[in-house]
Amino acid sequence: MLSDPRSNAAREPHIVVEDLTMAYGDFVIQHDLNFTINKGDIFIVMGGSGCGKSTLLRHLVGLQAPARGRVLFSGESLWDAEPERRDAILRKTGVTYQAGGLWSSMTLAENVALPLEQYTDLKPAEIADLASLNLALVGLAGFEDYFPSEISGGMQKRAGLARAMALSPEVLLFDEPSAGLDPISSRLLDDLILELRDSLGATIVMVTHELPSIFAVGDNSVFLDPETKTQIACGAPKRLLAECPDAKVQRFLRRGETPTTAKEPQ
Amino acid sequence: MVATTDVSASLRETGSATAAHKGWEVNLLAAGELQVRLFGQWVLASGARSAAELSGRLGETPRPTKISFDAREVGAWDNVLIDFLSKLETIAAERSIAVDLSGLPGGAQRLVALARAVPERTGARRTQQRPDLLTRVGRNSLSFFAMTADFVAFLGEALIGIGRMLVGRARLRRSDLMLAIEDCGPHALAIVALISFLVGLILAFVGAVQLQQFGAAIFVANLVGIAMVREMGAMMTAILMSGRTGAAFAANLGTMQVSDEVSALQTLGIPPMEFLVVPRIVALSLMMPLLTVFANIVGMLGGLLIGTSMLDISAIAYYNQTTGAVGINDWAVGLVKAVLFGAVVAIVGCWRGMRCRRSAAAVGAVATSAVVLCIVLIIVIDATATVICTTLKI
Repeated sequence: MLSDPRSNAAREPHIVVEDLTMAYGDFVIQHDLNFTINKGDIFIVMGGSGCGKSTLLRHLVGLQAPARGRVLFSGESLWDAEPERRDAILRKTGVTYQAGGLWSSMTLAENVALPLEQYTDLKPAEIADLASLNLALVGLAGFEDYFPSEISGGMQKRAGLARAMALSPEVLLFDEPSAGLDPISSRLLDDLILELRDSLGATIVMVTHELPSIFAVGDNSVFLDPETKTQIACGAPKRLLAECPDAKVQRFLRRGETPTTAKEPQ
Repeated sequence: MVATTDVSASLRETGSATAAHKGWEVNLLAAGELQVRLFGQWVLASGARSAAELSGRLGETPRPTKISFDAREVGAWDNVLIDFLSKLETIAAERSIAVDLSGLPGGAQRLVALARAVPERTGARRTQQRPDLLTRVGRNSLSFFAMTADFVAFLGEALIGIGRMLVGRARLRRSDLMLAIEDCGPHALAIVALISFLVGLILAFVGAVQLQQFGAAIFVANLVGIAMVREMGAMMTAILMSGRTGAAFAANLGTMQVSDEVSALQTLGIPPMEFLVVPRIVALSLMMPLLTVFANIVGMLGGLLIGTSMLDISAIAYYNQTTGAVGINDWAVGLVKAVLFGAVVAIVGCWRGMRCRRSAAAVGAVATSAVVLCIVLIIVIDATATVICTTLKI
């Protein structure tokens, strides 16, 4: 029967990170990360500036190889796979970058159409239709012929999202989706992400330190600590706020205010 | 994000066996209700579905008043389904036929609503019209004049900036000037040496073949010396520097425009012209004559190599012949041109960079146009100077 796609896939692990150590040469960014991202969840990667959140995302999308450990997509190790197989796995992921990452020499429609042109057998007219549809889904109907430099930062973020969705990926990864947006645009983007997850059943990984977003959309999360260089908390953001005994996590989730007791009465 | 419903594989097979390419069929229910039965895969991999045929059915009499859906046999679906549905909705709206989406998967219903949620902003869409030939010629001519005027304005500003620097009132850092000098001067020595040595060699080669016929092989020294000092030394160095330094200035300043670094200077009250442009112009104008002297000497060494090895001229004789042939006038002409070329390369590079639009593609475009414009101007100036010098017998 027709059912919510999420209930079919509930609690099924989608991406598993095992003993992951990330390093630039000898300089270790984070070590021994272990967490599981379930299908259809919105998973938040949080932590202070410079703790390696974006580097973690680069490992998840195949831009950087782990120093040690594995990243499993539906049980398949990304970095042990043959290059062609890795490309096939990565084609099921869509990424938006911090600064949008839109190709500045192409119009928005061309940006969204490029993945479709490269990886599907559709006719040009059909690709144009689907590109317009993707832009309409993120609220950019009619902006097909604009260049990225001609639209606002929030619109660029949404156009980046439209491009990430073009191939109907199973995983969407966002690097700081709401950075640089006003609170209302940021809220609208959160709503859009929630709506897309609920409609499409995609798994969503978000790197962010925007507290309102974290609590509004996060189903699960991992907290990276820049000092000990490893994860110090893992779980639903709201539960971490209520229950996590770690003072650093509490300070982060309360914008620097140290709670009087580690565990506040509900 | 491919959502799958609970339809068993066997059902999907039988359902799509006959019309797998289409994925839908219509049943006319009672009371003008048209039911669209959807089945099979609706994913990108299986191709797009056209709503055009279905729209034909909507025009038939008796005209349906309502469209409903039966999507129990839909397998996997993605944007292909949403695209089909939103087109159908548009067509139905034009014919004022009600659309009942309730038979569709919940996610699909929400996505169709989402695609409609933000209406198209009025006036946002662009009507692209390719202007006719006359319009384009006119536009390009106007933009050429506008650019020339802009270049002259930039040149004026740069001269004012240099003037302020000379009286010690410009806002620039001595270290930036030194860095620019290092980059334009010492770092360019190796490539200038290689190219001018080869140019000297080529000149001597070509000259030797001709002059030997008249038994005047020793005049190779005159040929190489005068050609290097008056023309080739300055010109080859300038062309090298326009590729090496002019393009770098344009790309560097262009990137600074893109990343708001120039705006940051302006808001601090530091004129970018004095802080960024003047040091570069001064550095290249100072270094170009020095590089040219170096290039001239290395070029003559190239000639000497041919003279001693091919023409059996002794090194002393070659030296004496050269010093006798190349006078102070020749050096002056070459060095004045070198200063001019240095200033032109730096000014054009900085001008293109400062006028860069805010995108990665624009940075590439200004770097290219800087090099092309530099080389064109260098050759034009050189030709003009040669005509003037010949007329005035300098």
